[in-house]
Amino acid sequence: MSDHENVNVESPRAPVSQRGHLVRVPADQRASGALVEVAIDGLEVQVPIGTTILEAARKIGVKIPTLCYHDDLCVAGVCRICVVEVEGQRTLQASCAYPITAPIAIHTHTRKVRQSRRRILDLLLGKHYGECYACFRNGNCELQALAAGCGVDFFRFGHPTAPLHELDSSSYSVLRDMNKCILCRRCVRTCIDLQEVGVLETVHRGDKTTVSTFMNKPLAEVICINCGQCINRCPTGALGAADPTDDVWRDINDPSKHVVIQTAPAPRAAIGECFGLPPGTPLTFEMNSALRAIGFDKVFDTNFTADLTIIEEGTELILRLHRALVDRQPVALPQFTSCSPGWVKYIEHFYPEMLPHLSSAKSPQQMFGAVIKTYYAGLHHIDPADIVTVALMPCSAKKFECNRPEMAASGHKDVDYGLVTRELAQMFKEAGIELPKMPKSGFDEPFGTATGSGVIFGATGGVMEAALRTVLELVSGLKVENLYDHADILPVRGFEGIKYAEIRIPRLGTVPDILRMNAQLPFDSWAWLAGATLKVAVCHGTANAKRVLEDIKAGGKLSECHFIEFMACPGGCLGGGGMPIPTNPEIRAARARAIYAEDAAYEVRKSHENPAVLRLYNEFLTGGPNGHTAHRLLHTTYTPRGKYIA
Amino acid sequence: MSLGHQGLVTFRMIDPDAGLAAALARRPAEIVAELTAARLKGRGGAGFPTGVKWSLAAQAASDVKYVLCNADEGEPGTFKDRVILAEVPDLVFAGMTIGGAAIGASKGIVYLRGEYAYQRQPLEEALARRRAAGQLGERVLGTPFAFDIEIRMGSGAYVCGEETALIESLEGHRGEPRNRPPFPVDAGYLGRPTIVNNVETFACVTAIMAKGAPWFAAIGTEKSTGPKLFSVSGDCARPGVYEFPMGLPVSELLREVGGEDAKAVQIGGASGRCVPASAFASTICYEGISTGGSVIVFGPDRDMLRVAKNFMEFFVEESCGQCTPCREGNARLLQGIAMLEDGRCSAAYLAELTKLGEVMQLASKCGLGQSSPNAFLSIVEHFRDEIMGRTYAAAR
Repeated sequence: MSDHENVNVESPRAPVSQRGHLVRVPADQRASGALVEVAIDGLEVQVPIGTTILEAARKIGVKIPTLCYHDDLCVAGVCRICVVEVEGQRTLQASCAYPITAPIAIHTHTRKVRQSRRRILDLLLGKHYGECYACFRNGNCELQALAAGCGVDFFRFGHPTAPLHELDSSSYSVLRDMNKCILCRRCVRTCIDLQEVGVLETVHRGDKTTVSTFMNKPLAEVICINCGQCINRCPTGALGAADPTDDVWRDINDPSKHVVIQTAPAPRAAIGECFGLPPGTPLTFEMNSALRAIGFDKVFDTNFTADLTIIEEGTELILRLHRALVDRQPVALPQFTSCSPGWVKYIEHFYPEMLPHLSSAKSPQQMFGAVIKTYYAGLHHIDPADIVTVALMPCSAKKFECNRPEMAASGHKDVDYGLVTRELAQMFKEAGIELPKMPKSGFDEPFGTATGSGVIFGATGGVMEAALRTVLELVSGLKVENLYDHADILPVRGFEGIKYAEIRIPRLGTVPDILRMNAQLPFDSWAWLAGATLKVAVCHGTANAKRVLEDIKAGGKLSECHFIEFMACPGGCLGGGGMPIPTNPEIRAARARAIYAEDAAYEVRKSHENPAVLRLYNEFLTGGPNGHTAHRLLHTTYTPRGKYIA
Repeated sequence: MSLGHQGLVTFRMIDPDAGLAAALARRPAEIVAELTAARLKGRGGAGFPTGVKWSLAAQAASDVKYVLCNADEGEPGTFKDRVILAEVPDLVFAGMTIGGAAIGASKGIVYLRGEYAYQRQPLEEALARRRAAGQLGERVLGTPFAFDIEIRMGSGAYVCGEETALIESLEGHRGEPRNRPPFPVDAGYLGRPTIVNNVETFACVTAIMAKGAPWFAAIGTEKSTGPKLFSVSGDCARPGVYEFPMGLPVSELLREVGGEDAKAVQIGGASGRCVPASAFASTICYEGISTGGSVIVFGPDRDMLRVAKNFMEFFVEESCGQCTPCREGNARLLQGIAMLEDGRCSAAYLAELTKLGEVMQLASKCGLGQSSPNAFLSIVEHFRDEIMGRTYAAAR
């Protein structure tokens, strides 16, 4: 995994001071003068020059409390909780922001340090409104933990007894409660530096300082893409996801409703974290039992429609390529993936002129909703009006996506509620379910079969790998296992911000039956692809998306790509805004390992081999991939939103 | 040298052209050595040795460096830079040019206080005259050394007088101090090695180059050399800009300005210290009571609680708001003053506020926060009975 995943030191907004101290760490640690001796609380350690005091302390197991510091973000040095005494310095120094360039002696818990830390905390608590009992972060709050760790037993500077700010619940995805904000600015650094979206910024000064949107407009009225990365990095309950669990409980308890849930792959690899298990402990099958136990009528696997997405999006790509290469018509290439709703809203706001590149295929979540309220409703003779579809997602943007007005081709909302990992864990806890101890059970028919290709949608590069497995087999007629060991297409895996790969088509087979179901297919042999090399790219995090789009606009190397996977969140879905808190590169890597291990364990690992998908085409989507029914139910349109804020 | 000169005495005698010519005749290291020999310390208030700062910037490896003049004179009670810029701007511009030659920079920027916008036009005219005279441009005084100066406006934030906040502001960001290290001499404006000096410091540089380090070092004390300008205001007969040598006792200064009956003097502006009459024998210099030049005289009838309140209101308003101790601490101190006014601040809570002030001095991110409780703490120390008076009365 790359050293600099997500730490966007090249961002123009990353403070120059940070860029300065990061580059000074020598690459060759054996060079003379590259290491420097420090003594932390009497423990001596050698660290590379430029290492911060905090990093050095962590190395030897000395714990310095932090608040505004975050592994994913550029250094701010503003909360001052991590101050330590450096011998010879008149003032205390913020350990997160102090690069060691000379031998120094550091003391992390002197009287001065403890008194300062405690008073800084007292000052923060004096402005933090809210009772811990009534907060969704109770038990998982850094401010609360800090207060416990520092032995806070009274409010030295008082405690607000009434709210000072109104709750912003305008967004389908993100809830903002400025009463709980402690101005650590992690959300600002997430939004501006990590994601380069720039919805949140610090405004005013002195004790009037606050974090605000443009002109303090509600989140629903600004260019927020709903990625929720700010939620994952907020130390308190100032940012959260808009929580639909009350509605879900109500519908579960309503006997006239048939409530089904689809579960996406990423939450399964992470929900264990909410029950004290280490990151990367998959609980897929325990979760199925737990979902039935709390009253869901059916439990489906979103991987099913991930496979469907691959077929639809892959077919769309093949048709676009044919129009471009054979018909010589102007076609928007490269084609962009459309399964990340944060990314979709990003391009709608920031690059509306590039929307034709976006695949018209709905995301797996929405495809599933549409299939349930049509095909499944017909199969089981249930009035779709009585079906409630819930989607368990790693993603706060999915909440917005399911409320898009265009997502109701069946005449009913495709998906009624988007539930995120944290919320489901809370529902389990409320029901007294100890998830890790649940028995294992499978998914319900008729969508019970899924493939490994669907699972890896949860990691950056996964959609591309799944698509490549299918496209390579459909075109070449070869088993992809014969081309790549275990069908693992490694060039598109990993956490690099932008990955590029060229995949040569090894030979041409015959056009498979599944594509021939589409009567409008404009070719009956692959001859037009003779000697072709597929150029693809993968990126995650909207800051990287911006670089890819700018490169395409400038006619750079990526403009020659045929297909590009975009994920709004760093790491892909496993780093989604609905995932358990905290997050950092190690946690995301552990989740990724769980996802790829699950893929490797599947018998069927390629979307086009999924028998349930094939049955769906044979019985229901009879026009084949991209055919009439598929187009009506499984494809969508986009809105060029631009950046104008009324 | 005699005491008690109102106005710019020494600076008016210096020929800026002579200073610049003398500097350009030397190698960069020799310029820095001259400043070091003169023991010049920064005139903005912090008193960092100018020679050290310049030599660090000169040693920093970079093909592009910057010379910044801090003309964001925002410290309450300070107005001497305004007079320097109005009366002897060439001394400042020459000093910046000398700085460019010393550290290897070809660009200087004056960060002019927003409220001094009316000075911009005459300063631009002075720069134009210097360009026409070959004192700025591609070949300064006919040498291969190229240097030019640009004037940029501040927008009224006190914190932008802090050098790294000034740099953030120049770069177009929110004016907020950066983490240090790295210091501007290593990574300053646009990430390049940068010297940031006060208006008066640059004028001193030109004076030292014109008249030599021994002349400068002979004025003042061993550790605080040279003449110093003071902005004197408040309850005195003759307020104004004065020039005194460093090391002057407060009492003598008061006699010069007609403020002998003062009960206290605030030295160093809002971020300085309140000196009670009992300490008027102390000297004003870097090793004594350090100041950037602001002297505010409080007469016998002044209410010291009102004085403290005035300063705290200033800091609550001017804190940039990024670090907790300064953002929240100043507001708490001001709240404490309101409690004192109402006679409901207990001695225990006053002790709590004093502790808070000490934490702000220790843990704030920049000099603003570190010095913002100074006035409050020194008034509590020296005028405790006066400010607790209402509480005592309420208790009776």
